[in-house]
Amino acid sequence: MSSAATTPPAVDRVDGFSRKSVRKAKQKRSQSSSQFRSQGKPIELTPLPLLKDVPAPEQPDLFLKKLQQCCTLFDFMDTLSDLKMKEYKRSTLNELVDYVTVSRGYLTEQAYPEVVKMVSYNIFRTLPPSDSNEFDPEEDEPTLEASWPHLQLVYEFFIRFLESQEFQPSIAKKYIDQKFVLQLLELFDSEDPRERDYLKTVLHRIYGKFLGLRAFIRKQINNIFLRFVYETEHFNGVAELLEILGSIINGFALPLKAEHKQFLVKVLIPLHTVRSLSLFHAQLAYCIVQFLEKDPTLTEPVIRGLLKFWPKTCSQKEVMFLGELEEILDVIEPTQFVKIQEPLFKQISKCVSSPHFQVAERALYYWNNEYIMSLIEENSSVILPIMFASLYRISKEHWNPAIVALVYNVLKAFMEMNSSLFDELTATYKSDRQREKKKEKEREDLWKKLEDLELKRGLPSAAIIPT
Amino acid sequence: NYEVYWDCCCEGMAGADGDDSLYPIAVLIDELRNEDVQLRLNSIKKLSTIALALGVERTRTELLPFLTDTIYDEDEVLLALAEQLGNFTMLVGGPEYVHCLLPPLESLATVEETVVRDKAVESLRKISHEHSPVDLEVHFEPLVKRLASGDWFTSRTSACGLFSVCYPRVSSTVKAEIRQHFRNLCSDDTPMVRRAAASKLGEFAKVLELDYVKSDIISLFTALASDEQDSVRLLAVEACVSIATLLPQEDLETLVMPTLRQAAEDKSWRVRYMVADKFSELQKAVGPEITKNDLVPAFQNLLKDCEAEVRAAAANKVKEFCENLPEDSRETIIMTHILPCVKELVSDTNQHVKSALASVIMGLSTILGKDNTIEHLLPLFLAQLKDECPEVRLNIISNLDCVNEVIGIRQLSQSLLPAIVELAEDAKWRVRLAIIEYMPLLAGQLGVEFFDEKLNSLCMAWLVDHVYAIREAATCNLTKLVEKFGAEWAQNTIVPKVLGMANDPNYLHRMTTLFCINALSEACGQEITTKHMLPVVLKMSNDQVANVRFNVAKSLQKIGPVLDSNSLQTEVKPVLEKLAADQDIDVKYFAQEAISVLALA
Repeated sequence: MSSAATTPPAVDRVDGFSRKSVRKAKQKRSQSSSQFRSQGKPIELTPLPLLKDVPAPEQPDLFLKKLQQCCTLFDFMDTLSDLKMKEYKRSTLNELVDYVTVSRGYLTEQAYPEVVKMVSYNIFRTLPPSDSNEFDPEEDEPTLEASWPHLQLVYEFFIRFLESQEFQPSIAKKYIDQKFVLQLLELFDSEDPRERDYLKTVLHRIYGKFLGLRAFIRKQINNIFLRFVYETEHFNGVAELLEILGSIINGFALPLKAEHKQFLVKVLIPLHTVRSLSLFHAQLAYCIVQFLEKDPTLTEPVIRGLLKFWPKTCSQKEVMFLGELEEILDVIEPTQFVKIQEPLFKQISKCVSSPHFQVAERALYYWNNEYIMSLIEENSSVILPIMFASLYRISKEHWNPAIVALVYNVLKAFMEMNSSLFDELTATYKSDRQREKKKEKEREDLWKKLEDLELKRGLPSAAIIPT
Repeated sequence: NYEVYWDCCCEGMAGADGDDSLYPIAVLIDELRNEDVQLRLNSIKKLSTIALALGVERTRTELLPFLTDTIYDEDEVLLALAEQLGNFTMLVGGPEYVHCLLPPLESLATVEETVVRDKAVESLRKISHEHSPVDLEVHFEPLVKRLASGDWFTSRTSACGLFSVCYPRVSSTVKAEIRQHFRNLCSDDTPMVRRAAASKLGEFAKVLELDYVKSDIISLFTALASDEQDSVRLLAVEACVSIATLLPQEDLETLVMPTLRQAAEDKSWRVRYMVADKFSELQKAVGPEITKNDLVPAFQNLLKDCEAEVRAAAANKVKEFCENLPEDSRETIIMTHILPCVKELVSDTNQHVKSALASVIMGLSTILGKDNTIEHLLPLFLAQLKDECPEVRLNIISNLDCVNEVIGIRQLSQSLLPAIVELAEDAKWRVRLAIIEYMPLLAGQLGVEFFDEKLNSLCMAWLVDHVYAIREAATCNLTKLVEKFGAEWAQNTIVPKVLGMANDPNYLHRMTTLFCINALSEACGQEITTKHMLPVVLKMSNDQVANVRFNVAKSLQKIGPVLDSNSLQTEVKPVLEKLAADQDIDVKYFAQEAISVLALA
């Protein structure tokens, strides 16, 4: 170091390029609901006797009072305020959970609106802004909900309530309505995975018990997904919603309604285009396969859809697509396979020759799948000519020896399948390449000719952009 | 079947009349169907050439139907097509035939991919102006209606953007229909469509007759502003600006303000954020009286919002809001209502809020004048200069000029210095880089004495920073300082230090000497360059590190024009000749380059 320097700047231990680590270091781990505005005044709740300590006839009334008390919200960002009352609400909620689990005869008609009100007061809130603008669910720790000690018990209570033997959907449907469901669905955007897990159970129960809400729930999930795909690319609960849908699809009656088919083609397939696919791909692929097991005739549109949205620059996603495609091929009917084999294997031939070895490897693993092998064998006269050029070239050129070895196996398999065609393709490989090159050259010449034509005729700018 | 038809006519063109120039068109059509997306894309981009070659009639009767019927393609290709068609009017025969372009654009306006759809709508809007009023009613408006009542949300979304372009030029019956369609879309079942309608509400209001604005638009506005989805409500806030501008002042209170008040207190922070973000526009749209009575308390609430995002957005608007207050009551409002909130924000818990405030707070001094600035604002500036977050300090420093005009910078200099020193040594090089950029500004405002005493050493320290970007910026900074303070100052204060580094054991620092000389020679002039700098450069040609040697060659090339011909011939030339025979290939290269540029061969 030079002696001219006064005090050299401290060494950049955390510098511009590792912004994530900086952020993590000072990340606050939890946040409160955006709706909560502290009044600054301490909150007072008058303690009530325990339910088990009062005679049975008085219990329903006390139950209602306790529900009302639990509508009071506390500021959990201020860890010091209202400690006693927070503890009181927590124990009351605990008591309520136990009460709905074991007691019988508590569910009077008056209780329904109060239960729904208490749950709504506690769980429905505008979710706070994400801690950082570029929250990356794969990299960053999720921000946890500060009021979880209460919130968890409210969810727990609500699920027990919905699952209770005394629960009557015919009464509840007055209170658990479309508006309620809409607010519930919005909460799926919560960053807190614990909350989303509870929500998943709640929504599942509601879907199961309220037949009148089913179509509405499906439609709203549709809207959430469309917004996610085409507008924001941000929604934390996609995986959870897909998981619920997986079991919903399972229960669809045959023949499938047009609405369901449209959902598959216009919503589930476009979901593959989203950048954060890896976060929900397993659930998505499950839904797709469910659909195909229900109705094999959907195979062609699904595979064509996947081919249309095939990742162009993201190898990681490409590997996921290949995985999903194998799941589909596992259940494909031979008659369906024949319909899509050409475009499908054109894509697979591109994947096999991908310079990214994971992509190539994933595609080549198809040849280890007995069912797929049998399909290829049956149709080798179509598939072999599509695949041959790529395979032949990689066997000579690929940088990764493992890939070359796999390709040799595949070539060997083809040779055994259809040796006459294989020999023919080997023999014409060179002349085919030359023909391709010639065609390429012709095209180049023609483009050149075209440019001359354009120059000659001149494309006056006024002709293109009218003023 | 158009494909077959095309094949026939393409062959016909190429073969029958033997016109060679038509052959490429056949190929292009073939390319439109090529397997390779890139090739399809290329030919779509040349679509205007095909059309030109075909002539207007065949473009209308053959090319466009082909495009409409057979193109189902990758979104990238569709996007290019949607864009091309917006510029096709002359190629189909001018405005008289422009409606031929509607069918392909209509189907493009219904695809899923947002960018394609948006581009199709953009092109439709463009060519709508080229329709005659009759064609607009016969061809364009029915298309809008079809889109507006389409099954899938995409077409209805696209329709939202087309109402405003055709409304002003159609008959009153058609106008009524258009209004009805717009109303329907505002209450569409799908939130995507309501969002599209809400985002076009302001634009549509602008082309409507005032009576309909009052009767139709206001009810739609009110409904959208209380939509169940916050993503719709927040778009209504944007529309609020345009609507308020259109209405006469006396109607604002009853028609707009209830909704705006409600939005400012919306339970969703996104809506409140939008209000904060649009605050200046809203303020201008509603005028001074409502601002005084309504917006001032609303602004106070936003500055105190429980969500940091909202506070930051509001903090960003503090200066603009204060500037636009009516003059008669400006000072009172600021002093009694705004400043107390601002004071709290200075110690906000969120750094983005503080930093947003720091980027505008200095602007208040010009509004409040000297005395108020010294008494009320100065303590805030000083507090922010000591803030723990470097961005806050930087923002204050970058706006020093505002304060300088009002109270002079001296008032601040005591606190300024520690802040600058700390930023200059910040662990993050981006922060150091940012403060370097303000050095010339600070130097100008603080004066040469203060600079020599307090800041000069910092500027020299940056020259030996271990990050190249900092050393480079420091070099550039020196040039600017010399331009400000003059050559004599340079000779006394910085040149000796720069030249001293030529003997540094670290070759990177020796190279910095050369970079500084490159930058300074012109500003310092011939005498200093020849007398002081040149000998050092020449001596460095014996450096053992090749990088230093070839930089000597580059430096000589650079400072050559400043030197007189005598020194060039007697001193520079022999050294360059020696370097041109160096054993290192790069040194040779740059030495030869210098020789030829300086014409010493």
